[in-house]
Amino acid sequence: MNIKGIVAIYKYEMSRTFRTFGQSIASPVLSTALYFIVFGSAIGSRIGEIDGVNYSSFIVPGLIMLTVLTQSLSNASFGIFFPKFSGTIYEVLSAPISPFEITTGYVTAATTKSVIVGSIILITSTFFVDLNIKYPFEMFCLLILICLTFSLFGFIIGVWANDFQRIQLIPSFVITPLTFLGGSFYSISMLPEIWQKISYFNPIVYLISAFRWSFYGEEEIDLYISITTIFIFLFACLLTIHFIFKTGYRIKS
Amino acid sequence: MTAILVKNLNKYYDNGFKALSNINLEIKKGEIFALLGPNGAGKSTLINIICGINKKKDGEITVFGHDIEKNYKMARSKIGLVPQEIATDSFEKVIDTLKFSRGLFNKKSSTEYLEKVLKSLELFKKRNQQIRTLSGGMKRRVMIAKAMSHEPNILFLDEPTAGVDVELRQSLWKNLYDLKKNGVTIFLTTHYIEEAERLADRVGIIHQGEILMVEKKDKILEKLGDKRVIITINKTSKNLKNILIKYNYQKKKNKLIFSLDLKNNRNSVSDLFKDLINNSISFYDVEIKKNNLEEIFLKLIDQ
Repeated sequence: MNIKGIVAIYKYEMSRTFRTFGQSIASPVLSTALYFIVFGSAIGSRIGEIDGVNYSSFIVPGLIMLTVLTQSLSNASFGIFFPKFSGTIYEVLSAPISPFEITTGYVTAATTKSVIVGSIILITSTFFVDLNIKYPFEMFCLLILICLTFSLFGFIIGVWANDFQRIQLIPSFVITPLTFLGGSFYSISMLPEIWQKISYFNPIVYLISAFRWSFYGEEEIDLYISITTIFIFLFACLLTIHFIFKTGYRIKS
Repeated sequence: MTAILVKNLNKYYDNGFKALSNINLEIKKGEIFALLGPNGAGKSTLINIICGINKKKDGEITVFGHDIEKNYKMARSKIGLVPQEIATDSFEKVIDTLKFSRGLFNKKSSTEYLEKVLKSLELFKKRNQQIRTLSGGMKRRVMIAKAMSHEPNILFLDEPTAGVDVELRQSLWKNLYDLKKNGVTIFLTTHYIEEAERLADRVGIIHQGEILMVEKKDKILEKLGDKRVIITINKTSKNLKNILIKYNYQKKKNKLIFSLDLKNNRNSVSDLFKDLINNSISFYDVEIKKNNLEEIFLKLIDQ
């Protein structure tokens, strides 16, 4: 096992984050703080409670998801896309490091960044709302699991992308809309029945439901179904990455 | 001992273009091997396949006996690669990029060794500078330092001196000699014939994906290197015509350019001088030119 190789990639990716600290960490924190001010304090104070939880507190898990999902995707996709774009990928491909080790280096770095961002948002939220997290350990495990899964997905996007536009394509046109429509700011039960049914096809609904459960102990969808959905997605990403390295898809000509 | 062995290697791209055709090549440990070829001949493709960047269609490649696919970790651990394009993270510091390269090859961190590499490439003073602040030549040295950072046994250099000024080129050549002295096998591609002529122990010539010749540099020059004797005469004499009948020559003003076949007659130069002196033909300048690799190379790819 090339542990030093994994550590080298991990350290390189983390140093890139801290080099671009504003873009990587401060920017999502600022935008989330704005969400809290607008949706939490200004509008939320007029909405009241949802499922027995104050609206400002209710949106915290959804807001964290909204940020960490896009962060995981963009961090991991950029991590592998940039070496492809700049040509520095040659070094990784010619090193004695296995596909599993390469993926581990990039994806764990992207996961770490997203978990840091998620944790900072959580801390930021305490300045705006009173938070009592019912299952903090489970919350943290779910955060890591979701960040890991979406970092794997981001890695796939980074390999698939041929240009900068494609890097933004899925986060902007798929993930962000699905997160907004996945119950970040409302409960699925508030929707008309037909939209509730349609929402169940949105995988983000399951993530937000499980994550919100860890905060308030109430789930909209059975917890086991939600966790199974996350694991199915995780294994689908792993299989796709295995295929990428086996065939050299968009990495080796 | 064999450092690299390539057997029956073929490479097709998805569009059907045949980049390499039945390549067979053996590189010996400790030698400097230069692969010559025009642009698009397949030089970089061959290097990239050996190093694991491109896929091969079929054939077998081993590096110090390790198959590059079945035992790729062992094979790649022996190799350092300097690609044709300068590709680095511009915002990284020189020393950090070397540490990254060393780590990728699962080598224990060694500031002492990396500083030694930096000193040998005259980069030590620049070690804490961001790569973007360096000149093109210095960046090229950083690429070599990265390839050296994990103490490779074989160094691949894909056109290492392309676009590099004369001073830096000569200094890089010196670096390569030093590496060879330390037992590093060097495989370089170039289209600067002078580079191959100066550095290489053996030379391969590749054209349109096929290796046309692999030979010791001296042997190629000997085999195909006719000599030309250029004589500047004082004035045309009657006897001159009698002599000229025997030789293959060209006349340009008062210069006579003789092409002498040294392969079949090793005394041809002395025979020519004897003839000139015996026939009282006076000359005031003599220049002897060996065909260089460039002419041999052009001759071969024209065939």
